[in-house]
Formats: sequence, structure tokens, C-alpha cells
Amino acid sequence: MKKIEVRNVTKVFGKSKKAIQLLRDGESKQTILKKTGATVGVNQANFSVEAGEIFVIMGLSGSGKSTLVRMLNRLIDPTIGEVLIDGQDIVKMNKEQLREVRRKKISMVFQKFALLPHRTVLENTEYGLEIQGVPKDTRTQKAMDALNLVGLEGYENQYPGQLSGGMQQRVGLARALANDADILLMDEAFSALDPLIRKDMQDELLELQAKMKKTIVFITHDLDEALRIGDRIALMKDGSIVQIGTAEEILMNPSNDYVERFVEDVDLSKVLTAGHVMKRAESVSIEKGPRVALKNMKELGISSIYVVDKKKTLLGAITAADAKYALERGEKLAGILQQDVPTVLPDTLLTDLFEKVSTATIPVSVVDENRRLLGILVRGAVIGALAGNNIDLNTITDVKTEVAAGKLERTNQGDVPAVSAQAKPFNGDNFSSTLDQRSKGSLPDNTIKLNFSGRMNEINDTPNSDREVN
Amino acid sequence: MENWLPKLPIADWVDVFVTWLTTNLDAAFSGITSVLEAVVEGMVAGFGYIPSYVFMILLTLIAWKIANKTIALFTLIGLFLISNLGYWDPMLETLALVLTAVIISILLGIPLGIWASQKQSVRQVITPILDFMQTMPAFVYLIPAIFFFNIGVVPGVVASVIFSMPPTIRLTILGIQQVPEDIIEATEAFGSTTSQRLLKVQLPLAMPTIMAGINQSIMLALSMVVIASMVGAPGLGADVYRAVTQIQIGKGFEAGLAIVVIAIILDRLTQNIGKSKKHGGTA
Repeated sequence: MKKIEVRNVTKVFGKSKKAIQLLRDGESKQTILKKTGATVGVNQANFSVEAGEIFVIMGLSGSGKSTLVRMLNRLIDPTIGEVLIDGQDIVKMNKEQLREVRRKKISMVFQKFALLPHRTVLENTEYGLEIQGVPKDTRTQKAMDALNLVGLEGYENQYPGQLSGGMQQRVGLARALANDADILLMDEAFSALDPLIRKDMQDELLELQAKMKKTIVFITHDLDEALRIGDRIALMKDGSIVQIGTAEEILMNPSNDYVERFVEDVDLSKVLTAGHVMKRAESVSIEKGPRVALKNMKELGISSIYVVDKKKTLLGAITAADAKYALERGEKLAGILQQDVPTVLPDTLLTDLFEKVSTATIPVSVVDENRRLLGILVRGAVIGALAGNNIDLNTITDVKTEVAAGKLERTNQGDVPAVSAQAKPFNGDNFSSTLDQRSKGSLPDNTIKLNFSGRMNEINDTPNSDREVN
Repeated sequence: MENWLPKLPIADWVDVFVTWLTTNLDAAFSGITSVLEAVVEGMVAGFGYIPSYVFMILLTLIAWKIANKTIALFTLIGLFLISNLGYWDPMLETLALVLTAVIISILLGIPLGIWASQKQSVRQVITPILDFMQTMPAFVYLIPAIFFFNIGVVPGVVASVIFSMPPTIRLTILGIQQVPEDIIEATEAFGSTTSQRLLKVQLPLAMPTIMAGINQSIMLALSMVVIASMVGAPGLGADVYRAVTQIQIGKGFEAGLAIVVIAIILDRLTQNIGKSKKHGGTA
């Protein structure tokens, strides 16, 4: 469901009529400034935000992002264009209607906190409810709930001036949450905080969002922040939106030079996740005997293998040596199972799994919340992905389909070609594997097909991975 | 130049205007006169009803509560000195005159300041009038004040109001405008009405600045007491004026000293009213 829809929204500061005509003719911000003296704040922005989404608007200072977000609750009136909130155009609303929308539907968090210094933390948090005439008991209760959510219980009688920046912004967040509005506008909300606190706040926002499912429009000039928290990102330059997409789309497929320059210095380890770089895991069912396990390992040229149950739940790992020992003694796999194996979740960022990968003696396994084995992390592939290696970029798409397959067990047949179609053919290898997927698209069991394509990839991969597994 | 443009008869215009006012608005002026007279005299009577030592202790305690021990001690010694020098009653008269003038300044000045802070057009009209009120020598509007309000305490109060009101208005405007833009944005974003924004946010945050304006108004009203005595206002000013006309240096100094003591007490008290409400680390 579309929560916010922005259509052709434009803001011109100064003489607007002529400037808008020029904008429609496609003139640049600079030309219009020269010709008319008017400054273009936002140029014909179009986007929509889905309910429950974190939509990040990113740009450098002066790109118009703060102006754009202020037009979403009409702190700044658009010169032309429509802003639909739940399908209603707020630009056409009168003062009372607009006030109602601001009270009930949209809350805002500000860069410099904008707390009321003469009010306590609790009174600040209550403000939005107070002006609506909510009875004292109710609003105190709601404000206390909001303060608890942001971890500020016990501070309610302090004044904002007595708190640190991070805590002040928590108050700002609590104040916005207390209203129970569906939409949260966050204007550079964490930019004034120091880096460590900023990261904590980002994590907490994501945690809160998982619980509360607000629709968040987040403004930032910090690309890392945008990539960390944004479900989708709109990149702005000179008042225009130059690209909208997921973090991955923007990084891997920049729409123009500007975006490319913007993202070239990005630390990929903070964007790519275990799910992006994992390989298909070779595994053996617990019900099989050591002989099958040994045979598998021999065929694949690896020295250890993960053991799973029927539902693909990870049970542990066995080494070739142990399997051989078990075979000689006639034991079952369960007897030689090493249960203490390294695991990570698929959405773990690369930056957070370096240590685990480097210290593990066998490839780290990637499992979902139910401990089902999704894949393994091979050192060579992790490093390759960080280097922006073409082969590893290919695998992102492949593995993504594999993750999808792993989670859903069986994907619909139609899904796979759609995903493949998004893949950019970086080189012949990938292209052929894409073809592979398509040609097998008619198979009833997609899991098999996907596994096969993943396998293809692994074999195509550098000898590195083999050496490593051995 | 002189031939090209004859002298503008501004003086005649003003005379005509003042005459017109006195004849046509006589009822209004006499109404104002009797009200102000009643207020000032009522205040003097009220103050006079309290025994001087009770008054001293009361003010000392107030000073202690609002400000600190040092100022409380100064208040006690200062008031004792005034009483000792024999200026207690004139002091009460002066106090009544100044307080009346300042209360009127606040009652008129703060609403005007709020109005001007909200509207650019009002501000544009008010600013030059304020400049005029502050810079036009006070003697000049004492003359018409006599016409309108007769001789006595009332023209003194009126002249003091005109002279002392500008700082209250100016600093009210300034205080409200100084509220940070993002705080205003926040109150707007949560859907405040104009009066909610004003009462819950702008005025509380502007309070220290408004208090500074009131403090300035009090000081200016005090500085008018000698001038007001020239049109017959009683009090310490009259004593100073008498000493000046009779060249009694010592007496003049005594009365002047009493004014200084009152000025310092009022200044310290009003300066600290704003601060006592401030909390911990608003900075």
C-alpha cells in the first residue's frame, strides 16, 4: 500500500512562474538562477513510499533533501505538485485539515533535536498529545511508553539540557512516537551525533522499526547511513532525484556518473551480507552413513562436510578423517558429529563476520533463524566480493535466488527468470549460468535447479575455494 | 532655498492638534487622570499603612528568596539608610509612581510586542514610534502632558510610561524572534495552533529576554522621577529638584542617594526573577 505519494513536487524560492516554465523545459538549476534569480529547491520530484518502509532521501547539502521532506508535512509549501498522504492531497488542505494530519498521521524528528528547553523530558514527549487536548493521565501514560521504547525510563524528570546529544535525540524520537502517527519524518536525525552513538541509534531505529512498522522517510547526507537503514534510497542532486532503488541497485547499477562517483568509495563490507557472498553448502543427511559422506567429500574434493536433517536443519559437521574412522569402526554419523560449528545469519554484514571467517577451521555456515543451512562462506569469495570482483558480483544475484529458494523451499517457477533478468551479465560465465537457470526453469523442483546453478558457479570459481576447503 | 520653501509650520500644527485634543477628549483625559491618581495614591496609602520596619523586613525576605543573601543584606541596609535620612515617605511615593508606570508599560508593552513579533507590518509601524518615544527629550512631552492631565503625579506617570515602555516592547519582540527556528518548526510539525505555539513555546522561551526588557523599563522609569517632579509629581525626585533650585548640595546628594538605593534594589530583584525560574543546563 502506498502511504506517501509525491507527484511532480517542485519548490522554487523567488519568482516562481517563469522558473517553473524553464524547469519544464528542462533547464538546469544554475541557468534558472541566472535567468530569473529564482532558486530551485526541489525539481519535479516523484516517488512513493510504501507502508512500513524506510525510505531514505540522500544528497549532499544544498541538494534539496531537507526542503523535500518539509513539503511532506507542508512546513514548506510546494510551489506546484501533489503530496498524497493515505491518498489525500495535503497541498489542497486548509489549515485545520493540515493540522489534523500533522497531529494524527505524521511526526517529525529534527537534526538539532528541537526540544523545548523549558520542559522536562516527559513534558517534551507529551507535547504532541497535549496540544491535541488528550487528558493528562492518558498522555503521560503514552509518553512514558514511548520513553521506555527508546530506553529513557528514569530520565523523565530531567531537562533536555542535562542530557547528552544521543539521549536528547532519543527524546526527540520518543516525542515523535508518542503521537502514534504512522509516518515518521526524520530530517538528518542522527547527523549531529558522534559516529559511535550514531551507529547505536541506527541499530535501535531498525530494532524499533521491526516492532512498530512505521513508514519512515529518513533524510541523510551520509551514504553509509543510507545503505545501513534504507529499504530504498532516493539520491538527490541539485533539487532533482537522480536515482531511486535499493542499496544494492544503487551500488551495483548506478544510473549515472554522479551516482557512480557518489558510491565509488563505499565500504562494500558494510553493505554486502553473508547472504550475498555465500556459496551453496555441500551437506550430507544425518541418516546417511559415513560411506556416503566420504564419497561426497571425495567427489567434491573437500575435507569436511556439514550434516543436516531432513528439513535441512544444520546439525553439525564431520571431517573426512572422522568419517573414515567411523567407517572402519562401523559407527553412524551421529557419533562423530562436531556440533560446535561456526554459523552466521544471512543478513550479517561482511564487516561483522571477518573475524569468524578468518578463525574458523572449516567454512563458516550461513543459517536462517530456524538453523536451516543456506550456504557456506568461502574466504576467497568473501575477499573477491570486497574487491568488487566481477565473478563475485555475479554470484550476488545467483546466491540471492538461492537464498530465496532456501527460504521458500520451492519458489514459483515464474520467479526465477524474473530475478535472473535483473542480473547484469558481467561476463560469459554468469551469462551461461543465467541461461542455465532459464533452460531449467521448466523443471518442477526449482530447488534442484537452483542448487545446480549454484554448484556450477562454485566449480567455475577460482581454485582458491577448493584449496581452502581442503 | 529659504525662498523656495517657506518654513514648515510644524509648531503651529502641533499646537492646533494639542488644543483640539484637550477640547475634544477632555472627558477621556480627566477619566484617565482620576484613575491614575487613584492608583498611585492608593498604592502610597497601602505602602504607608505598613510600618516601615515591617516593610524593610518584607522586602529583605523577598530579596533573599528571589536573589541571594548579599542582595538581601544590601536591601536591609539601604532601606534603613533611607529611613534614617528621613526620606521614607518620599521613597514610597516614588516607588508608587515607578511601579504604576511600569505596570502600565507591561500591560501595554507585552501585548504590543507579541503582536509586532507575529506581524511584519505591525513591526514596521511600531519601530519608528518607539525610536521617537525614546529619543524625543522627555521635557517636550511633559508640556502637553500638563495640558491633558493637569499638574501633579499623573503627567509624571504618563511621561514615565512613554519613556520607559520601549524596552519592554523591543525585548518582547526580540525574545520571541530569538526562539530557534527548528523549535518553531517542531511545534508546527506536531500541529500546534498559533496560540498554543505562543503560550507553550515562544513566550516561555522568550521570558528571560522579556524580563530584561521589564528591568530596563523600571530603570528608565526611575530615571524619570526627577523630571516628573518638575510637573509636580511628589517623591524623591521633588526633593532632588528642590535641592537643585535652592543649591543645597548636601540635601541633593542625600535624596539622590536614596534614588540610587531604590534603583539598585529594584534592578537586582527584577534581574533575578527571570533567573530563579531557569533550570540546570538550558545552555
